[in-house]
Amino acid sequence: MTESSNMTERGEPSVEILGVTKRFDEVVAVDNVDLAIEDGEFFAMLGPSGCGKTTTLRMIAGLEFPTEGRLKIFGDEVGNLPPNQRPVNTVFQSYALFPHMNVQDNVSFGLRMNGVDKKEAARSADELIELVQLGGLGNRKPSQLSGGQQQRVALARALVNKPKVLLLDEPLGALDLKLRQEMQTELKTLQQEFGVSFVFVTHDQEEALTMSDRIAVMNEGRLLQVGSAEELYERPANRFVADFIGETNLLDATVADGDMIILANGTRLKAPNPHATGTKVAMSLRPESIEIGRPESIPSDYQATSLRGVIATSSYLGHSILYGVKVDSTNLNVRSGAVAAHQRFVPGDEVAVWWDRTSDWVVPDDEPVAVTSEAS
Amino acid sequence: MSIGMQTSKGVGRLLKINAWLVFAFFYIPMIVLVVFSFNASQRVNIWGGLSARWYPEMLRNDEILSALENSLVVAAISTLASTILGTALAIALDRYRFRGRGTLEGVAYLPIIIPDVTMAVMLLAFFAQAFRFLGNIGPQLQLGLYTVVISHIAFNISIVAVVVRARLGQLDPALEQAAQDLYASRWKAFRLITLPLILPGILAGALLALALSLDDVVISAFVTGPGGTTLPVYVFSAIRRGVTPELNAISTLMLAASTVLVLSSLFLQRAPKQERTTTKEDS
Repeated sequence: MTESSNMTERGEPSVEILGVTKRFDEVVAVDNVDLAIEDGEFFAMLGPSGCGKTTTLRMIAGLEFPTEGRLKIFGDEVGNLPPNQRPVNTVFQSYALFPHMNVQDNVSFGLRMNGVDKKEAARSADELIELVQLGGLGNRKPSQLSGGQQQRVALARALVNKPKVLLLDEPLGALDLKLRQEMQTELKTLQQEFGVSFVFVTHDQEEALTMSDRIAVMNEGRLLQVGSAEELYERPANRFVADFIGETNLLDATVADGDMIILANGTRLKAPNPHATGTKVAMSLRPESIEIGRPESIPSDYQATSLRGVIATSSYLGHSILYGVKVDSTNLNVRSGAVAAHQRFVPGDEVAVWWDRTSDWVVPDDEPVAVTSEAS
Repeated sequence: MSIGMQTSKGVGRLLKINAWLVFAFFYIPMIVLVVFSFNASQRVNIWGGLSARWYPEMLRNDEILSALENSLVVAAISTLASTILGTALAIALDRYRFRGRGTLEGVAYLPIIIPDVTMAVMLLAFFAQAFRFLGNIGPQLQLGLYTVVISHIAFNISIVAVVVRARLGQLDPALEQAAQDLYASRWKAFRLITLPLILPGILAGALLALALSLDDVVISAFVTGPGGTTLPVYVFSAIRRGVTPELNAISTLMLAASTVLVLSSLFLQRAPKQERTTTKEDS
């Protein structure tokens, strides 16, 4: 469990997940997850399909119940409450708009269930319909709306209840690229306007990186790391996170004494962060943070963070050039600024690559530790 | 290429002719039945001019009237009961995971596949055992109209369950969850969301059940008792004494009734155009 000074400053977390495990028969969907989501935070749960992110979200909504562990919303235990007794609302992946009701009845449904009278509920619904820019479409049936409009109705239907936390399950998954980018901005705006935490599930890392204050990366039911986009990108906690977030080169190595690591081919390199001697690790090198040049041009300060290799491929990408550099049997992707054709390396050229010691990162070789950003 | 085109044209023509023949095969007997129900002559195989006399005649026959009443009672009760039970079964099979669900799923639809005669013998054997058991502890029972009702409920549950389940299968399960997420209790979520959306399916199932109950001969004939003759059973026994114009008239009315029921049922079972487009388009 993570305690942090950061969190106490900001007050009570909106959602607290304490040692939660969810099993479906024999399958462990969520494996002992601890997580605290702050109030007013735009929080993403990211991972490949089947990683447990949706199950976690559904447990917060009350659509699934934890097999073990506890769940709190603003300090109140809700783990065993049915969904209609929780102060959260959900935007479903399929939107789940009620097809036999018009937009206004869809949006006012929650208020009506809460005993708000018909007129009042209709007025609040219209306000929200206006807010999501669907003014005048209150009488339409969901089937008469486009995908993007349906998405907005789903948002309005959830937000009209002023939930303490809004849950979104792959909210943009069904939209095309242009609409998705538009909705990203709009979701951000709505979140700031309502000031409540938005917790959203996605398998799209770019979406998670652009929209969220913090991201939880999950795989195989386990929470691997929680942090800002920058933290995840620059200081991944393990091999999976390094690989999943952005592009990277992962070099297998073993930790030698102190801050040195030894690659499979025997090369000794300096590593930026320490691990216990003998630990199997992987070094993560982002393609854009690697410099490339002639073998003799390695700056003297960079001798301990360099490798020699041969150009295997070279692709011109307009704003940059992507080289495949063969270092013994491994291939390194190196992204370099565009230069005139005659200055480019061609396959077969002997080259050296080097990098700043602060720009690489050594991660334990798939060690399933959960690291929370504020833990340190 | 051109030869292929020609053969496929030829095949097309053959298939078209076949379609018309099949159509004729289906409908000519019906037309004969209907036409001869308006035959003025007492003799069924001789045309004696147009007349509707057998229709009012039929209604003066007490045996027919009592059989008709029996049929309507059986159909009404068995349809109501099987619609409720069949709908509940469909929901259980569609929405809930429980012990023995797989087995139940397999056997639930058996009554549709097993031959009527088998079903009838099974039910008769069952009633015999039940009467013996109950007779030992008290009431002495025998076959009657109520055993026909019970038997019709038994086969109609499957029909209703199949039709309702097809409708349920088209529904996004997230709909009911969304209602609960929006503060509806389980019951309200069902009543306000699921029920209105599957209602056409329930009605379609009920109409089919009604039609099957009104048409059933074999099972009813086996399990009925004194005073429990239904209309089809009456027709079946009467026909052994020879076809009469009166029987043609009854059959024509039954044909009309089941046609209306089945067509309405099919109409209700059409894929819901509106609701379909809103369901998921996710990856």
